[in-house]
Amino acid sequence: MSITDYESVIGLEVHVELNTTHKAFCECSTTFGAPPNSQVCPVCLAMPGALPVLNREVVDFAIKAGIATHCTIEPVSRFDRKNYFYPDLPKAYQTTQNDFPICTNGYVDVASGDGIRRIRISQIHMEEDAGKLMHHSEGTEIDCNRCGVPLLEIVSEPDARSAEEAVAYLRKLRAIVRYTGISDGKMNEGSLRCDVNLSVRKKGEEAYGTRVEIKNINSFNFVARAIESEFKRQVELLESGGTIVQETRRFDEKTGQTYSMRTKEDAADYRYFPDPDLVPVRVTKEEVEAIRKTIPRMADERKASYMVTYQLTPYEAERLTEDKEMSDFFEDAVAHTSYPKILVNLILADISPLFTEDTVEYPVNPVSLGALSDLLGEDEINSNTGRRILKSLLENDFDPKAYVEEHQLAQINDRSVLEPIVQAAIATNKRAVKDYLGGKETALRAVIGFAMKATQGRANPLLVEEMIHEAIVE
Amino acid sequence: MDYQSMQLHQLADGLRARDFSSRELTEAVFSTIERKEPVIGAYITLTRDLAMRQADRVDELLSAGLALPPLAGIPGALKDNIATSGIRTTNASRMLADFVPPYDAFVWRILKQQEMVLTGKVNMDEFAMGHSTETSAFHVTRNPYDTTRVPGGSSGGSAAAVASGEACFALGTDTGGSVRQPATLCGIVGMRPTFGLISRRGVTSFSSSLDQVGPMTRSVRDNALLLDALAFFDRKDAQSVERRSDSFVAAMEEPFGQPVIGWPQAYFESGDLLDDVKHQLEKARDFFELIGARIVPIDLEMLDACMAAYYILSSAEGYSNMNRYDGIHYGHRSDHAETLEEIYTLSRSEGLGAEVKRRILLGCFALSSDNFDAFYMKAAKVRTMVVREFEEVFRTCDAILTPVTATPAWHLGTHPEELGGNKYSNDRFTLPPSLTGMPALAVPAGLTDAGLPVGMQLIGPRFSEGTLYRLAAAYEDAHGLLPLPGEVKA
Ligand SMILES: [Zn+2]
Repeated sequence: MSITDYESVIGLEVHVELNTTHKAFCECSTTFGAPPNSQVCPVCLAMPGALPVLNREVVDFAIKAGIATHCTIEPVSRFDRKNYFYPDLPKAYQTTQNDFPICTNGYVDVASGDGIRRIRISQIHMEEDAGKLMHHSEGTEIDCNRCGVPLLEIVSEPDARSAEEAVAYLRKLRAIVRYTGISDGKMNEGSLRCDVNLSVRKKGEEAYGTRVEIKNINSFNFVARAIESEFKRQVELLESGGTIVQETRRFDEKTGQTYSMRTKEDAADYRYFPDPDLVPVRVTKEEVEAIRKTIPRMADERKASYMVTYQLTPYEAERLTEDKEMSDFFEDAVAHTSYPKILVNLILADISPLFTEDTVEYPVNPVSLGALSDLLGEDEINSNTGRRILKSLLENDFDPKAYVEEHQLAQINDRSVLEPIVQAAIATNKRAVKDYLGGKETALRAVIGFAMKATQGRANPLLVEEMIHEAIVE
Repeated sequence: MDYQSMQLHQLADGLRARDFSSRELTEAVFSTIERKEPVIGAYITLTRDLAMRQADRVDELLSAGLALPPLAGIPGALKDNIATSGIRTTNASRMLADFVPPYDAFVWRILKQQEMVLTGKVNMDEFAMGHSTETSAFHVTRNPYDTTRVPGGSSGGSAAAVASGEACFALGTDTGGSVRQPATLCGIVGMRPTFGLISRRGVTSFSSSLDQVGPMTRSVRDNALLLDALAFFDRKDAQSVERRSDSFVAAMEEPFGQPVIGWPQAYFESGDLLDDVKHQLEKARDFFELIGARIVPIDLEMLDACMAAYYILSSAEGYSNMNRYDGIHYGHRSDHAETLEEIYTLSRSEGLGAEVKRRILLGCFALSSDNFDAFYMKAAKVRTMVVREFEEVFRTCDAILTPVTATPAWHLGTHPEELGGNKYSNDRFTLPPSLTGMPALAVPAGLTDAGLPVGMQLIGPRFSEGTLYRLAAAYEDAHGLLPLPGEVKA
């Protein structure tokens, strides 16, 4: 047997830090990056007698996530205490929803190969973050600013079968939390964290293998690498006659390998029980419907509409809608061009990398980008010039049409203007012409390059190629 | 001045009539404290300077002709698990011996707004876990009626302070009976109100689903007056409930009518109920019948199950609530700890007493994944069944009359066994109202031949405090207050 006879079975647990104004159970601010222990109160410091009261905004955000992932919103859910000692946890328990989560039985569809993979979501529950430990040579300091910041944990069924599907699922979840505005979804700041459950089995088998949990991975890239390396490790272990132990592992970014943290035997007993300080969370149908109305058009809906309206491929539409900001940007720009396909190419090739996880404003004015698309679509400029103009647009905004006129960047499509330049190009590159005629197709590039250079890149490259070809073959 | 023979409303009238000033009253209470405290040991922290400032302020406001709430200028004490900003709040534990909270409990804040005078913070069983105030990490408190005996617990300091005149009233907290049992053993009135009627915010949690603050006073009228001052909705306590009665004092003054009082036969038939206690209760029953109540025998089967359920649930919640005292963020940290593990184990070993540790272990056991169904879940089911059992009874009864404890106060250093009682089941009668969240009032019924107070408990459905006060006031009016305890002998 070889590695290609196996498949991975992957479930994901994703923690999303919510950007509510206040913490989950007190009125402290949740702003990121404040001085240590400046956003704390008796409640989140667990002082004697301090009582939690649920911030209803957390419930609203959980409902938004539930609606966007096709979940059932439970009319009654409940908070439990997960008891354990750690210095970043002043209460010595995490308030979480263990037995009765607020959202259940949803799903997310992701593109996989040519088709679609449905990743089912078993539950979404509300819980709270812990503080942060800062170790130095003299000791350890504790920053409790994050204590009590609300989180959602989104738990999937083991439905992903590859690293690509797992990452596609994560991208989709990130798009959802950003579309709904419940989180900034920044993996690098820990707003989106991921635990991966992975087992392997021979293709065609129904039963699941022993699963291993890989904790706290903080980038899409690391998720993919962790899955690939863990898949390989498990298959190799099985192939060499070993057995997989149920355990928790961590991914080392430097080595690209996973390492054992603890086995099931030393797993903690968290002594879950209903939190007696809090009352059950009740949600009415009317509340759910009111929240449903506030949710913007989601990625899937936009994707379908782009494919019909602009004849985009599924790939293009998927990429465009991965990120709400990028999708909004596309919609703003497409209103200003008659060439949506060209606009999409510009966005996907040159602009999408600029929509990072931290993007708060558009990297370029969508009206200008629409105008640029028109210039390209009308063959008024060539793609080289287009790229140069885009580069300038990223620095400061201007009207591309006026810019082209002002800088005489318009593409030269006039045969009579190009004719002497083509002749000069042939004359100067006799050797290349000879090679080309001798069968070396690529040799023509040098001749075209000469003509382009002679026109400061303004010549229509397709027309130049055609004219050179005509001249030397005839 | 003889403030001890006066009830709160009489003190309030006296202050307004300028018969005496709040300063005079407060000084009189502190002179009682000076005289008796060395023997009684009711207090952990005295706040004399604050009290005098508060008293002077009330005197100024009164002489300026301002109308003040009834409690204004009257000295009272708070159990030391009620947070008082700037005043240490120890919970009678080494763990929090130096803990000064930066916040006020809701009840302290509203009583301050009503211009009460704070005498100090009173002794209790450590973290409210105990029956005799002997688990306090600081010192024992003695029963004013017999200083060789316990005051009960866990609000033993509150009860002893009120009974001895070291405070005109006090707040206690009641988880399984911690207001009602010491009130009874010290011959005063203690109310455990409907769960949620008084905010728990800022009151150290022992068992969150059972803890309630309760007023402790010499008379029934005083108690209703104090509850009127305490029962306000608090949006920052998720369990807080809106009161249904504008005035418990007014509800108490309504005509007695023909209430139906349930008499749970089984409660009076168990072997450890002392004859003295039983006879006092029978006399009370006959009195109520005499003045127009209908007494009906009722079946309450679940008393023993209540005991088990109570200890499992309260210890489970207590275990979780106690874990925050870990030596990391505040409270006692061991001087000998070098590793994180040692900070936890040594700080907790040194900072917590034996009874607290016992409860933590019990809760830890009941919640462990192997035992959860057999213990915690079963206890939670029992609780639901007890609620149903009581709701059923209250379809026909207005109140239930029961003992508070099986015995009167026992000697310090011993257990109720010496009186024929049982250490853990002695105050089992107080557990059902705790589990059901229903109000229960402990009222002095009389004295034993040996001069020890015996109490009765009146239990009603949720929000029936007015009815309970009305029944108790009728009894008190006819029998008078218990005679004050004698002077203490050093
Ligand atoms: Zn806070």
